[in-house]
Amino acid sequence: MTIKLADLEEAYDALAEAIDRTPPDRRELMLVKLVLLQARDAADPARLRALAEIALQDL
Amino acid sequence: MHQPDATPRRSLYFRYRVHPAAPRPAAGHDHAPVVVVGGGPIGLVTALDLAGRGVRCVLLTADLQLSEGSRAIVFTRRSMEILQQVGAHEPMLALGLPWRSGNSFYRDRCVFRMEAPHDGHDRFEPMLNLQQPLLEEALVSLAQAQPLLALRWGHRVTGLQDGPEGVELEVDTPQGSYRQRADWVVACDGARSTLRRLQGLALEGDSYEGRFVIADIRVELPFPTERRAYFDPAWNPGNTVLMHRQPHGIWRIDYQLPPDASAEAALAPPALRAAIDAQLALVGAAGTAWELDWCSVYSARALTLPDYRHGQVLYCGDAAHLLPIFGVRGANTGLQDSQNLGWKLAMVAGGTAPPALLDSYSRERVGAAREIIAEAGRSTRFMTPPTAGYRLLRDATLSLSLTQAFVRPLFHWRTSRPHDYLHSPLNTPAPAEDGLADGPAVGAPLRNVRLQADRWLLNHRFDGFLLLLFTDGSAAPAALQDAPRHWRARGVPLTVLTVGPGADLDDPEGRVAARYGVTAAGAAFLARPDQHVCARWPAATREALDGALRRALALD
Repeated sequence: MTIKLADLEEAYDALAEAIDRTPPDRRELMLVKLVLLQARDAADPARLRALAEIALQDL
Repeated sequence: MHQPDATPRRSLYFRYRVHPAAPRPAAGHDHAPVVVVGGGPIGLVTALDLAGRGVRCVLLTADLQLSEGSRAIVFTRRSMEILQQVGAHEPMLALGLPWRSGNSFYRDRCVFRMEAPHDGHDRFEPMLNLQQPLLEEALVSLAQAQPLLALRWGHRVTGLQDGPEGVELEVDTPQGSYRQRADWVVACDGARSTLRRLQGLALEGDSYEGRFVIADIRVELPFPTERRAYFDPAWNPGNTVLMHRQPHGIWRIDYQLPPDASAEAALAPPALRAAIDAQLALVGAAGTAWELDWCSVYSARALTLPDYRHGQVLYCGDAAHLLPIFGVRGANTGLQDSQNLGWKLAMVAGGTAPPALLDSYSRERVGAAREIIAEAGRSTRFMTPPTAGYRLLRDATLSLSLTQAFVRPLFHWRTSRPHDYLHSPLNTPAPAEDGLADGPAVGAPLRNVRLQADRWLLNHRFDGFLLLLFTDGSAAPAALQDAPRHWRARGVPLTVLTVGPGADLDDPEGRVAARYGVTAAGAAFLARPDQHVCARWPAATREALDGALRRALALD
């Protein structure tokens, strides 16, 4: 799966701005809500599991 | 010497009667084919079922009175169908509050409302609320009228010796101890089962951290009989509160304790009062007068014995498994255990079937418990998140639920349902294309059918097996009609009930046929005495019927 650089940069900014608009103690909650909304759109739980494995690397 | 409490328990709505302790059995009368240990609903129903099948049994209960507090309050349709078989449905219907809907509230809004399925053919509503002692009282009345059942109040089991010839129980009573012999013992002695301890058996599974205060109060509230679940209320942040209406103006309020709270502190009157006042305020009833009836602390657990048969001892209900309350799985699961065991033990105790039949009890019901544990685990993880990750997801779901419909089904409260014994060794497997795909599967319970305004198929008294044979108005084959005589002579009650125009069960409009997915005459469903289908055929024959009965009785 590939994404054009311009789209990635737009997503990057959107995510950063959303995090900055969230009170610090609600950031985790907001991000989980966001992932659930993405999970609805993607309708692919196996893909979510695989992506979570990637995100778990190098923490 | 056993000294049971002889002071009547306190209740705002139920008058406890203290029964005199039963005398010890006279010399020479210390043997019974079956002894049931435990006088709760599961023990009482098991003993009534066995006695109804002609098995003489003794029921030992350590107390002199019925259970304290409302305890099990929600009974499912399946439980009502089971209770109907022992004759307890009428008092239940007369006293209980039926209901169908569940509501989940978050931040003062009902974010999910669900109605339990209810078919026009069902006799009983999906749920019925009734306090456990009221059910027990009805069951005790039935037990006292049953000549084959000896109910012994104040008899506590203290020892057990199991051998191939039977079991010897050591029983303590206010008049001293005695030894009771039995061919079979059924342990219905609850979550803290003495028999389980005496046999050194351990439950397997998870112990969840969630603990709930269960408080029954008498209060006037303007809500219908429905399930009300409140998530993350301001007075109990992060936790869950459940409310259920009971008869006699009683409401059950269950609220989750924060992980660091002690049970003693939570049950202290000022803490309890503050919590209940806060919950009443949340539902818009601030300042309403109320009175406490009973309270307790419950831990959400999901544990089962890996085997419900240990020698001549069989485990049933909470003695066999501890299941989460979410989804009303305690007594409702126990009643299904009891119904599964009753006919099998009656057949084995009567010498009609080999003891191997009882292994199927264990296999079917341990399978049911494991399925329930897996299913209830989902509800439990939502109601009482066990880890930080689950808590975060639950909180994200609550937050999204205010605007996003797609997450609301996650509030689905999975209620106890009849288990389908799809993989039972007692089943005669049906071929994949038997033309009955719309009927009940082999292993599933029979479907109820409303035959007339006030007459249902499951009113049939299941004293044995039932063959539902669909006809087109012509007489059923003589070989099938003759089967009951043959099997009854071997100690196996069998009824052939023809269904069709002008048949035993007149079905001129084909209602029963439609409900069973039957399109051609000759089709048949064979139901075990617990109403579960163990074989079905598009065209039944005597040979197939005899084979299925042998298999269902573990005779092969």
